[in-house]
Amino acid sequence: MAKSIVQEFTKGLWEEIPPFRLVLGLCPVLAVTKTVENGIGMGMATTFVLVCSNILVSSLRKVIPGKVRIACFIIIIATFVTVVELVMQAYTYPLFLKLGIFIPLIVVNCVVLGRSEAFAFKNGVVRSLADGLGIGIGFTLALASLGAVRELFGNGTLTIWETPIQIFGPSFQPFTFMVEAPGAFICLGLMLCLMNLVGSK
Amino acid sequence: MREMIKMVVVLTILSSFSGGLLAAIRNSTKDKIELQQLTFVKGPAIKSILAGASNDPIMDRFKIEHEGGTASFYVGVFDGAADRVAFESAGKGFGGDLGLMVGVDIKDDKIIGVGVTTHSETPGIGSKAKSDPSFTKQFEGMGLMDTFQVKTDGGQVDAITGATITSRGVAFGVTQAGALYKSLKPQIEAKLKDFK
Repeated sequence: MAKSIVQEFTKGLWEEIPPFRLVLGLCPVLAVTKTVENGIGMGMATTFVLVCSNILVSSLRKVIPGKVRIACFIIIIATFVTVVELVMQAYTYPLFLKLGIFIPLIVVNCVVLGRSEAFAFKNGVVRSLADGLGIGIGFTLALASLGAVRELFGNGTLTIWETPIQIFGPSFQPFTFMVEAPGAFICLGLMLCLMNLVGSK
Repeated sequence: MREMIKMVVVLTILSSFSGGLLAAIRNSTKDKIELQQLTFVKGPAIKSILAGASNDPIMDRFKIEHEGGTASFYVGVFDGAADRVAFESAGKGFGGDLGLMVGVDIKDDKIIGVGVTTHSETPGIGSKAKSDPSFTKQFEGMGLMDTFQVKTDGGQVDAITGATITSRGVAFGVTQAGALYKSLKPQIEAKLKDFK
């Protein structure tokens, strides 16, 4: 019945990978994955918030009264999101400019609140840490892979450390719609479909 | 009742702890963030206005406190003399505030360049104030202490086609810059002596 700590960690990478399996937190998934770099940046910011809020929520779970738990979760999450925002402004300003409003919006990301409510509030600190880290890395991987597909076909490049690398060469005609909003939905749908195909066997 | 008190106490402690933590982090990252904003937001405008300076205008900056707040001045050294400065001003555009950077030569009070730093104007129309240098170029060589107006208002500046309100905002911002410069000129000159 009870999963081991390793299982709590690995479930986030495949079984419960947030955007594809839980279909949660779609707003940043669709909005920021125009390039791989944006996806990774957003994923890392979310991972940090997830891990920290999971640890704090689970260590305070005996103290927080059940009736105001959501308010407490939001305070904790919002605090860490603001920390991320300030640190990003101080150290990775160009990335902060690109992600813009979506960094503060991590506060209302269902993945983060969902893990606090569904997991950290009922489990110990170490398990919550493993859960947060797993889900966070899964989220990052999902964003990065979606970003990679969209950037590759939409722009013919892959951006790593602010240097776009040409993959298809100059004669490639990009499917620009892939980097626009409809492309995000179609791409997400195709990836979901692919995951279900592989998973159902 | 006990439960009620517990809820209030827990929320209060949590919020104050969070407030304290954020204040501490904000304080420790403040200078770093300011420098980043200088480099990435205002930097391009400063560099184009003071192009050819032998120093780094972003590092050589000073602040002067005045009635309306604090103004930052970026110093450009040309031919060994620190006689050009760029500083910020603001106007009201069509979509919100227009951030401006105005450069002046303190020897003859003439404008050496105007650049838009931040704006929320209509892309392709008002945004030309930033992307199309021919509009802001008009200000070059004019006396900074003049009053600037677009031609439809009886002034001397050609407005951007279809973006009269944006153009007015820029003209107003430059006029404001002139007023600020006029009132602070003695202090600017005193500060510039340190940059020789």
